[in-house]
Amino acid sequence: MRLRLVPQQTNFDFFSRPVLWLGISAVLILLALGSFGLRGLNYGIDFRGGTTIRTESAQPVDVGAYRDALAALELGDVVISEVFDPNFGPEQNVAMIRIGAQDGEEAVSTEVIEIAEAALLEISPDIKFVSVESVGPKVSGELIRTAAIAVALAIGAVLIYIWLRFEWQFALGAVVALVHDVILTIGIFSELQIRFDLAIIAALLTIVGYSLNDTVVVFDRVRENLIKYKSKDLKEVLNLSINETLSRTFMTSATTLLALIALLVLGGDVIRGFVFAMTWGVIVGTYSSIFVASVMLLRLGVKRDWSKPTDTTGNQFGDIDA
Amino acid sequence: MLQVDLWKRVLIWATVVVGLLLAMPNAFYSRVETHNDAVKAIEAGFDTSENRDLAAGWPSYLPSGLVNLGLDLRGGAHLLAEVQVQDVYEARMESLWPEVRDLLRDARDEVGTIRLQPNAPLGELRIKISEPAGMNRAIELVRTLAQPVVSLTGAGSTDLEVRGEDDVLVITLSEAERQALDDRTMQQSLEIIRRRIDEVGTREPTIQRQGFDRILIQVPGIGSAAELKEIIGTTAQLTFQPVVSRTSDSSERPGVGNELVPALDQEGVYYILEQAPVVTGEDLTNAQPAFDQNGRPAVNFSFNPSGARRFGDYTAQNIGSPFAIVLDDEVISAPVIQAHIAGGSGIITGNFTVEESTQLAVLLRAGALPAELVFLEERTIGPELGQDSIDAGKIATMVAFVAVLVFMALSYGLFGLFANVALILNIALIFGLLSMIGATLTLPGIAGIVLTVGMAVDANVLVFERIREELRTARGPARAIELGYEKALSAIVDANITTFITAVILYVMGSGPVRGFAVTLGFGILTSVFTAIFVTRLLIVIWFERRRPKTIEV
Repeated sequence: MRLRLVPQQTNFDFFSRPVLWLGISAVLILLALGSFGLRGLNYGIDFRGGTTIRTESAQPVDVGAYRDALAALELGDVVISEVFDPNFGPEQNVAMIRIGAQDGEEAVSTEVIEIAEAALLEISPDIKFVSVESVGPKVSGELIRTAAIAVALAIGAVLIYIWLRFEWQFALGAVVALVHDVILTIGIFSELQIRFDLAIIAALLTIVGYSLNDTVVVFDRVRENLIKYKSKDLKEVLNLSINETLSRTFMTSATTLLALIALLVLGGDVIRGFVFAMTWGVIVGTYSSIFVASVMLLRLGVKRDWSKPTDTTGNQFGDIDA
Repeated sequence: MLQVDLWKRVLIWATVVVGLLLAMPNAFYSRVETHNDAVKAIEAGFDTSENRDLAAGWPSYLPSGLVNLGLDLRGGAHLLAEVQVQDVYEARMESLWPEVRDLLRDARDEVGTIRLQPNAPLGELRIKISEPAGMNRAIELVRTLAQPVVSLTGAGSTDLEVRGEDDVLVITLSEAERQALDDRTMQQSLEIIRRRIDEVGTREPTIQRQGFDRILIQVPGIGSAAELKEIIGTTAQLTFQPVVSRTSDSSERPGVGNELVPALDQEGVYYILEQAPVVTGEDLTNAQPAFDQNGRPAVNFSFNPSGARRFGDYTAQNIGSPFAIVLDDEVISAPVIQAHIAGGSGIITGNFTVEESTQLAVLLRAGALPAELVFLEERTIGPELGQDSIDAGKIATMVAFVAVLVFMALSYGLFGLFANVALILNIALIFGLLSMIGATLTLPGIAGIVLTVGMAVDANVLVFERIREELRTARGPARAIELGYEKALSAIVDANITTFITAVILYVMGSGPVRGFAVTLGFGILTSVFTAIFVTRLLIVIWFERRRPKTIEV
C-alpha cells in the first residue's frame, strides 16, 4: 500500500471562485504592506550598522542587570534578548546584545565593543563572548542596496526566461506570484519582528526559486494540455493541469517541508530566522503557484493555437521542446 | 525500447565513482587535514620523520581535497578594511616639496621668493611666488620634475599637473597618476597584510581585494577581530626627518612645511620637524633586533642603495645637527649626527624591551602599510559556537535525510528506493564537487544542503508521477517508464534552470555565508538533475532488464 497525500485522480475546481482567491491574496498583501509600513522590519546590523554580541554563561541571563550595566555606558540604542534553543545544555545561557551604530561613525569602533565587554564581565565573570559582529554604517547602506538589486535582478531574470520559454502571459503570472510570495514573507517578518538580515535576503531569493519551480511545473503541463486539447476552454485546461500535477506539487512540498522542519527544530538558533523564511516561503509559494499564478494566467488569457508559427504575441523559442 | 547505451552506462558510473572518491576525504576530516598539513610542511622543507608519519595517515593515491569550513563553522575573525588611498597623495606631495623648493630657489631671479601656502587641499601643493611675471617660467621649471606615468591605462601622460592661479603655483597629481598610485597602494597593502598574517602562521587565511579600495581579511582560528587588527593594523610608518627645534609647548605653531610631533618616551616633549622626510621605511631592506653599545635592546636596519645615498648625503651635510627617527607619528629618538653615515645602515635605540625591539623589527621588515586602514566590518566567531553549529547542522541534516528517505519509500515503494539511492549519491556528489573546487561550507551552506535534500527528489517525483499517469494510458510498463522520463524532462529542465538562475544571482551579489549557500544550492541543482535523469533511470533500466515485470507499481 502506498502513502498518498493526494488521491490518484482529483477533480477539484480551482477556478470556481477566482475573485475569492485573488481577494484573499490581495487582503494578505495589504496586511503585509500595512504591517511593513506601521511596524517596519527589525533590521539586523547587516542593514543598519552596529554591533551584536552573543554571550554565553553558566549563570542564567539576567536581562535587567545586563541592561543596567550597559545603560551606564550611554551607548545609545541597546537591545538585549535572551536566546532559547532546545540544543542548549543546562549550563548554556545565551543572550544577544545589539548596540546601535554610534552617531557620526563611519567605521567600526573597537572601543565600544571593549567597554561593553568589560561592563558585562563585571556583572557576570564567567561570561564568554562567543561571537561579536560589527558592521559600519557605510557598509550597511551598501548591503541594503545590493540586496534590493539582487532580488529585483532575480525576478527580472526569471521574467525573461519564462517569457522566452513560454509566453508573456505565463511570465507575468509567474512574476506576480513571486512578488506575492516576497511581499508576504516580508510581511510576516515585520509582523513577528524577526530579525531581518543578509541571510534572509538569501532565503527570499530561494523562495523566488522554489515558488518558480512550482509554477513552472504547472505551466509546463498547461502548455502541454493546451496543445493536446485544442478545443477545451482555457479554464478547463488550467483546472485539468493543476489537478494532474497536484500529487507532485504536494509530494515535493512535503519532502521539502520535512527537511526544513528538521532544520527549523534542530538546526540551532543561529539560522532559525533563515530557515523560518524558507519554510514560510515554501508554503506560500505552493499556494501562489496555484491560486495566484494560474488565476492570473486565466485572467490574462493565452494564445491557443500553438501549431502555427507565432505571429505577434509569442516568439520562436516558445515551444522548443513541446 | 527501454535501454541505455553501454558507453552512457560507463560514463554515468564513472562520474558517480569519481564523485564518491572526491567526497571521501570529508568522511575522515581530521585525519586528512593532518595529512595535508604534514604534506605542506614537508614541501616547505620540514621533512622530519614525524611529519612523514603524519602524512602517511592518509594514502597519497587517494584524493585529499577537503571542503573548507567557513568562519561561522570553524570560528575565527573577519575584517573588511577600506584603504585610505588618498593618504598616499599627501605623502607624495610632501616628498615633492623639497625638490620644488630647491628648483625654484635656484631661479629666484625670475620668480622671486616662494612661500608654501598652508591648508592646501589634500594632494595639492600651492606655492605663492612674489613675482607673478615669472609664473610661466616657474610652471616650466616644475614641469621638468614630472615623470611619465607607468601604467597600462595612463600611458603617455605625466604624473604632475602644474598650473598658475594669479600668483599661486598649483601642483596636483594627474588623474592617470592617481589611478596608478591607487593601484600600487592597494597591491602594496594586500602584500603587506599577507606578509604580516603569514608571520603569525595561521591556516588558510583569506586576503582579498574587494571592489576598488577594500580588502577582505578572514583568518580562521584566531581569537578575535581585535587581535587580528593588532597584527595588521599597526602601520609602522618609519621616517627619518630633520629636526627644526625641540619644545615643551604642545600648541606651538610649527610653521609652514613643518610639523609638531610628540616624543615617544618623554612626556611633554615635542619636536618640530620638517615634514618632508629624508628617508622613509620604504627604503629599508632589513631590520633585526639587536643591542646597542650599552647593551640595551635596539633595532639594526639597512637601506637600499637609493635610501643609503640620500641618508649618506644628508648626514654628510648636517653633521652636528639632530635628526629624528619617527615611528607612527611619534619620535622614537632624535640623535645628533656625529659623522657622515655611509653604507646605509644604522641602529635605532630607545627605551625598548627585548619584545618591543623584536616586534618593531618584524613590523619594519614586513614594511609599512602605505595608507591607513579603516575597518568597516568586523566579525569574531568563537570556535565553540562554530562547533555547536556544526553539531546542530549534522543532526538536522541526518534527521531531514532519514525523514525524506522514509517518506519516499512509503510513497513510491521500490521506485522510491531507487530515488533514495540517487539522493544519497546526490549528497556525496555535492561534497565531491565542493571538495574539488575547494569551496567553503558555511552554516547557510548546510541549510542549502538540507534544502537540496528536500528539493532534490523533485525531479524524481516529477518522473514518477508522470509514469503513474502514463501507466493508466500507455500499453506496457516499459513504454510508461520511457514516456514518463520523456515528458517530465521539459518540466525538470525549466524548473531547475529557473532555480539555478537565482542561485547564480545569489552567488554574484552575495558575500561570505550567503555565497556559501548559493554554492551548495547551485551544486545541489546540478547533482540532483544528474542523479534524477541519469542515475535513477539507469537503476530502473537495470532492474527492468533483469526482472522483465509484466506490470509495475509506482
